[in-house]
Amino acid sequence: MNWRGMLINPVLDKEFRLRMRTPRSAVALLAYVLVMGFLAMGIIYVLTSNGMGSSGRFDPTVSRMIFYVLSFAQLVMIAFMTPALTAGVISGEREKQTLGMLLTTQQSSATIILSKLVSSLSFMTLLIVATLPVYSIVFLYGGVSPKQLFVLFLFYLFVMLMLGSLGIFFSTLFKRTMIAVIVTYGVGLMIFLGTGLIYLFAMGMAQARYIPSSAQGPDYSWVGYILGLNPGGALISIFEPSFSKSAFLFSGGNMGAGAPIELWLEFIIVYSVVIVLMLWLAIRYIRPVRRRRKRSNPGGEQLG
Amino acid sequence: MIEIHNLTKIYGSFHALDEVNIQIDKGTVFGFVGPNGAGKTTTMSILATLLLPTSGTAKVGGYDVVQHPHEVRKRIGYMPDFFGVYDQFKTTEYLHFYGASYGIPRSERNKLIPQLLELVNLSDKIDSYVDSLSRGMKQRLCLARCLVHDPEVLILDEPASGLDPRARIEMREILKELKLMGKTIIISSHILPELAEMVDEIGVIEHGRMVAQGKVADIQNRLRVKRVLHIRMLDQTERFSTWLKDEAYVSQVYSDATGVHIHFSGGDLEQAELLARMISAGFQIVSFNEAQTNLEDVFLEITKGGSYE
Ligand SMILES: Nc1ncnc2c1ncn2[C@@H]1O[C@H](COP(=O)(O)OP(=O)(O)O)[C@@H](O)[C@H]1O
Ligand SMILES: [Mg+2]
Repeated sequence: MNWRGMLINPVLDKEFRLRMRTPRSAVALLAYVLVMGFLAMGIIYVLTSNGMGSSGRFDPTVSRMIFYVLSFAQLVMIAFMTPALTAGVISGEREKQTLGMLLTTQQSSATIILSKLVSSLSFMTLLIVATLPVYSIVFLYGGVSPKQLFVLFLFYLFVMLMLGSLGIFFSTLFKRTMIAVIVTYGVGLMIFLGTGLIYLFAMGMAQARYIPSSAQGPDYSWVGYILGLNPGGALISIFEPSFSKSAFLFSGGNMGAGAPIELWLEFIIVYSVVIVLMLWLAIRYIRPVRRRRKRSNPGGEQLG
Repeated sequence: MIEIHNLTKIYGSFHALDEVNIQIDKGTVFGFVGPNGAGKTTTMSILATLLLPTSGTAKVGGYDVVQHPHEVRKRIGYMPDFFGVYDQFKTTEYLHFYGASYGIPRSERNKLIPQLLELVNLSDKIDSYVDSLSRGMKQRLCLARCLVHDPEVLILDEPASGLDPRARIEMREILKELKLMGKTIIISSHILPELAEMVDEIGVIEHGRMVAQGKVADIQNRLRVKRVLHIRMLDQTERFSTWLKDEAYVSQVYSDATGVHIHFSGGDLEQAELLARMISAGFQIVSFNEAQTNLEDVFLEITKGGSYE
């Protein structure tokens, strides 16, 4: 076996070939870069139209702002693209009536699921890499380190993995791609918007009951954990390390108290569990599962 | 090679398969016949490890499809009744993909694939996109795909359905070749004559139950007792039908443009006597012959009453 045979299994090879042969992929790539490009130009225009005037040069805080806003835009784009790219990978084969034949080959369920995940995420990665030139505009003005960009990239990868494994799981669970896509978007919306809203609401409630007293009781609330489930919250906590603290703290609380956990760390831990669970379920249910036989069954031959 | 024992599949409260038993020896071509919705696809999906039975067992080459699906998959080539192809692939890529999926090394595939395309008469399409093939060609390509890993057993679910007569004949020729190669083949159809001349054994399924099973010749012989006589005469069919009512061995009479058909349960002697009486009764007979009971008649006979065996 050569290195190619080791790295690329037949399913992955097939996924790569077929995906890159559809005109849809090229269109998606073009659309993605255009949207990100226009967004970047719009953001730069808005943020610089007042700051540039007098000095004629850039304030690093402004360019950092541009970077943050762009990063959020990218995050939203990922949230929109990933379900569309992953929620059809299994149900799509079922609808095209190719799944049966794929499942009767010697490829393991894990190979099929993981290869499909990797190929979808590779395409997403391609989209993100293709927008790097947009980021390079920010580098011209300074205020952002390459390390930050790298960490951001890893974070995106993780978010894609999270949405992707949800998408693949629903794609395996539901017979119809349409339903799988809708449910994946629904869960995505819950994660991106729902958690944020619940956090704001719950924090408001907790804040109302909070009596600032330096003597007893913690100055932070468990409500902060909710924000750790939100990709936006996690992203800000990566950029601004003090953000985790303020997410947990009541306003007017003791600023000396630390956050019980960094938001991004909580995010990674919680969703790692989700990713593993989703993938495990998808691998388990892509082929018909044999329910465990009862040991006590004297018939022995009875199945299911 | 294939052993199906008391196989039952229940959807909700609907019995798609009800205690089906089938034995198929190595090298046998087994025709699996039954009307639409009888349970053929269900049985074959279970054999192909794509569906779990509710109860009962199915084994391929001694391996249980539920306990050892991986071993079963190695031994079967499965062609679903409806299937799709990856349109953006060329025929060779298509076969390369499935070959690789069965763990066949590239060097071997490079030799194998032209041979397979040759076998299914697609050599001239070696560089075509799968998309551009006709339905019959896709069907044959799919058959080639079933053969990439040289399986001992072929499970073909209505491989000739939706094909024009010419494509059907081509498919049949290929199947004959596969039979010569010693493959054990289970092939389904809801049209019996389609299978008649290429299968060794036949199993008839209806409403999830096997209603008849055995060697084609045996089934034909068992039913030959009841002959069908075909009689043509000069314009006296009305009176003839009434006259026949009193005849002892005649069970059913019907007439069409070609003449009168009689289901006759007597032997050669009784048949000769019937002819003699007809002539003395003054019927002007043009022809009197015993119609070949073909497999289609057998099929109708079996499925009509469901009482055979
Ligand atoms: N997933 C399912 N749920 C409920 N009923 C089903 C399902 N699949 C098949 N059936 C029923 O089982 C019966 C047998 O179907 P099938 O095996 O496809 O028949 P055949 O292939 O002989 O035409 C049919 O009546 C069909 O409606
Ligand atoms: Mg069928």
